[in-house]
Amino acid sequence: MKSVLSDKRAIGVLLGPALLVYTLVMLLPMLWSLGYTFFTGSVLGGFEFAGFANFARFWNDPNSGPAVLFTIKYALVVTVGQIVFGYLLALLYTFFLKRASNVVRTLVFFPVVLPTVAVSLLFQKMFEFAPQTGLVNSVLNGLGMESVDWLGNPGTAFVVIAIMDIWRAMGFYGVLLYTGVIDIPDDVMEAARLDGAGTFSLIRRIVIPLSWPVIIAAGIFSINGTLKVFDSIYALTGGGPGSATTPLTLYMYRTAFAGGDYGYGSTIALMLTIMCLLVTVAIFRSTARNSKEFS
Amino acid sequence: MFHSTSRARRTVLTAAAAAVVAIGLAACSSGGSGAGSSAKEFTFLAINENSTIPTVLTSLSENECAAENKALPLKINKQAQASLDQQLQLLGGQNALPSAFVSPNSPDLLKELDSAGKVTDFTGTDVEKSIVPVALSGVHTLYDDKTLVLPTELNIEGIWYNKALLEKAGVSEPTSWESLKDSFATLDSAGVQPISAAGKGGDGWGVTRWVGAYIYRTLGPDALKKISDGSAKLTDPEYADAANVVAELGSSGYFGPSPSSIDYATALNQFLTGQAAYYYMGSWAVSAFNDPEQNKIGADNIGFLPFPAVSGGKGSADQTPANVGTDIAFSKSAYDGDEKVKSWASCIAANYGAAALREGQITGFAVNGDVEVPPLTQLVQTEIADSGETVQWFEALFGPAATTASQTNGGPLGSGQLSGSDFMNTVQSSITN
Repeated sequence: MKSVLSDKRAIGVLLGPALLVYTLVMLLPMLWSLGYTFFTGSVLGGFEFAGFANFARFWNDPNSGPAVLFTIKYALVVTVGQIVFGYLLALLYTFFLKRASNVVRTLVFFPVVLPTVAVSLLFQKMFEFAPQTGLVNSVLNGLGMESVDWLGNPGTAFVVIAIMDIWRAMGFYGVLLYTGVIDIPDDVMEAARLDGAGTFSLIRRIVIPLSWPVIIAAGIFSINGTLKVFDSIYALTGGGPGSATTPLTLYMYRTAFAGGDYGYGSTIALMLTIMCLLVTVAIFRSTARNSKEFS
Repeated sequence: MFHSTSRARRTVLTAAAAAVVAIGLAACSSGGSGAGSSAKEFTFLAINENSTIPTVLTSLSENECAAENKALPLKINKQAQASLDQQLQLLGGQNALPSAFVSPNSPDLLKELDSAGKVTDFTGTDVEKSIVPVALSGVHTLYDDKTLVLPTELNIEGIWYNKALLEKAGVSEPTSWESLKDSFATLDSAGVQPISAAGKGGDGWGVTRWVGAYIYRTLGPDALKKISDGSAKLTDPEYADAANVVAELGSSGYFGPSPSSIDYATALNQFLTGQAAYYYMGSWAVSAFNDPEQNKIGADNIGFLPFPAVSGGKGSADQTPANVGTDIAFSKSAYDGDEKVKSWASCIAANYGAAALREGQITGFAVNGDVEVPPLTQLVQTEIADSGETVQWFEALFGPAATTASQTNGGPLGSGQLSGSDFMNTVQSSITN
């Protein structure tokens, strides 16, 4: 094996085709898209070099600011929700349900395998205000409260999106974080218990620090997913009411595809990529600091 | 030995790389959909929201255009109206437009397709001679004096009302904007939802039509042309006022509790089941009004009111919002490259008018033969014949981005969540960008 891997030709043969396909279907379109950021025009009328005009336009565009803010708000709330609820589930599986957690894990994981559009339609019906009264409003009416136009108001529409996406993904993060929590050596836990640590003290001082790397990994997963959210919002609110729940991805999609403005659409995509990179780097940096504190 | 093995390896590597590149390129290339001379089918791209065109085309393929259909069988594909423009841009960019298709929501896009040489201009052809003058004038207004579409609809727009609901609330047919507004209040206090309007997602044009009509009545028939040529802005106070008036109707609840949750089909259903008194809509809805399955309030219970004049305004009620509605365009390469496609176009032009009228749809084609039509269709024919100057709809002269901005924000405007000024700011910024 060693002789095969030290042979450059063998490496070329093994990696070459995959690298070529990756270059064709990933790198090339990415570079192409990067190139589009310096052009204006459309596929029909042709493209013209525009220098940094698209970037200046992004800066002055009254729609880009709210889209960036919504993206950040959504990413923060949903990432925190997914990780916190996922971690609580992991603790529940490990310390309370123990061996009986299989059934619960499967049930909680179930929304992950459901198609996003199906989940969105389910939530649309559940939170419907008009023309029919949905389940949630029926319950409110039953309790003597007024119906709420959940998807018709920016604030409540955000709440429904956040609930849906946290519910949909917490099973996945529960399983991911569970693998980190069960990896903690039993003798460390035992020693802490002998030293008189209670359940909460054990979680705070032993479980969280020792599972921190997997929490960070889950956080990076989640924040990159939530910054790039598209399908759930597109299917649930279509970015509405108006453009109140329009993240950058949806704004990019509308600009590039509905508006045919690929240059500006690519610029929005590049901004989103930069945002994802900055957030990931920030998380890695804070992780490095935290690991030093814990060690 | 070593050399020959090395050469063999290089050959295998090169062949493998070439195969991968070929597969990649094949995956990236487009599959033409019938454009060009080798088309095996007459492909037509329809929209889910319009069932009349596919019905009439199917009827033609079985009757008047049976010979054309035998030579080149009709194949209809459908998709959502909201993503039609996007689909046509992509297909146009890949030279893969279907033989014929419902024209884009934004007339600007069809002009762009024309500039790129992708659509047929029927100007001066025999096909154009089948189009009646009022429809041809509407087509030329939209497409810079070119006949880029065949008018499979000819519509007037206005306010349809439920006679029984008005009578029950003691409201007589309003004759001015002021009396119309008063009637909203009367109906509302009588527990009747005054207006049925769609505002969900891209269906917000159900609300923005009110803005456009009010602008024409207050600022005159050239008001929106001034926006498209840049000599006025939607944020100018007199334009913003129109949106504010509609936002006020919304905050008073006249469009119902949540127009943002109501789509086109639901709004139509609300009116046709007696849940709302007024419904601003184009005459394309008359085919639904004439359908007893859909219309539960009775066709004779529906009246038509041209959008009334606003006191002190520069416009008048006889300036009728008229358009060629959902019309169809032909791919230039399919039309020029295939005589069978040309035959289809000629057959459609010659026979569509009568076939559609049998379905209750008035079109911009001359009708070959007598067709008996229901009273509501007759009413629309009379209104079209009597209409003076015609005007367009709110977004008619906007580009795709501004059209999307307007239509997606129509819902919040109609529910009073968005002020008129904010609405106009949003749309104007999309025009400017």
